[in-house]
Amino acid sequence: MKDDNAPLSPALQIYRPQLTSVLSFMHRLTGIALSLGSLLLITWLVAGSMGSSAYDMLLSFLRSWTGLLLLFGWTFALFYHLCNGIRHLCWDAGYGFELKTIYASGWMVVAASLSLSMATWLIGIYAMAGGA
Amino acid sequence: MNDQSLRSALSQARGLGSAKGGSAHWWTQRVTAVALIPLAIWFLASLLALGRGNHADFVDWLQSPLNTILMVSLVIALFWHMALGLQVVVEDYVHTRPLKIFASVAIHTGCALLVVTGLVSIARTIT
Repeated sequence: MKDDNAPLSPALQIYRPQLTSVLSFMHRLTGIALSLGSLLLITWLVAGSMGSSAYDMLLSFLRSWTGLLLLFGWTFALFYHLCNGIRHLCWDAGYGFELKTIYASGWMVVAASLSLSMATWLIGIYAMAGGA
Repeated sequence: MNDQSLRSALSQARGLGSAKGGSAHWWTQRVTAVALIPLAIWFLASLLALGRGNHADFVDWLQSPLNTILMVSLVIALFWHMALGLQVVVEDYVHTRPLKIFASVAIHTGCALLVVTGLVSIARTIT
């Protein structure tokens, strides 16, 4: 039953990707990824309330290679969604609509989210190794 | 208007058109987004500090009043923002009305349950 006249998203088969559309798509994708990550946040809080054996079990999974890979992915998704979200808030406030500015802010988001993810993990690894 | 009907013209017109809540979704999504900027940074910084710790460290950390308040705020703002965002994704990509409404209600119900689960767990940990 298709009964509304809501506008359709661009037909992806005939749409040439550009930085702007790819970043827009990634905002959604990272939002969905972070929604899945939020289940881990709740699992963590529940495990913490259950006691040390449940908490240790969760942490030993998160410290495995699979766990670390998932956490790294979520770190990047978080920084990307955060940086691009701030870009969206600037647009909502009426700033940054010139094509040149849109591309510049887009590349800034890419650079910032990559470097913030790397920096976070370097600090994390340093702290885990006993440095801090 | 139908001359056969006993309903008044006003009662037939009422409820048509905008539900007058169109901007509430948009604004709530932005306000929760702004709230989540400092909360997300605080949360990541806390995780870095807790990464090496054990369960006792976790309890100590969550029992600090500031951390309790911020964690409760994070859980509420996060799942509110998430419900609104996922709702828009469903509205864009699910094209049949019954499924769209079902998915939307399921998302909001699921997020509400996750908030309650999170807050109850926080309460049980700190008491």
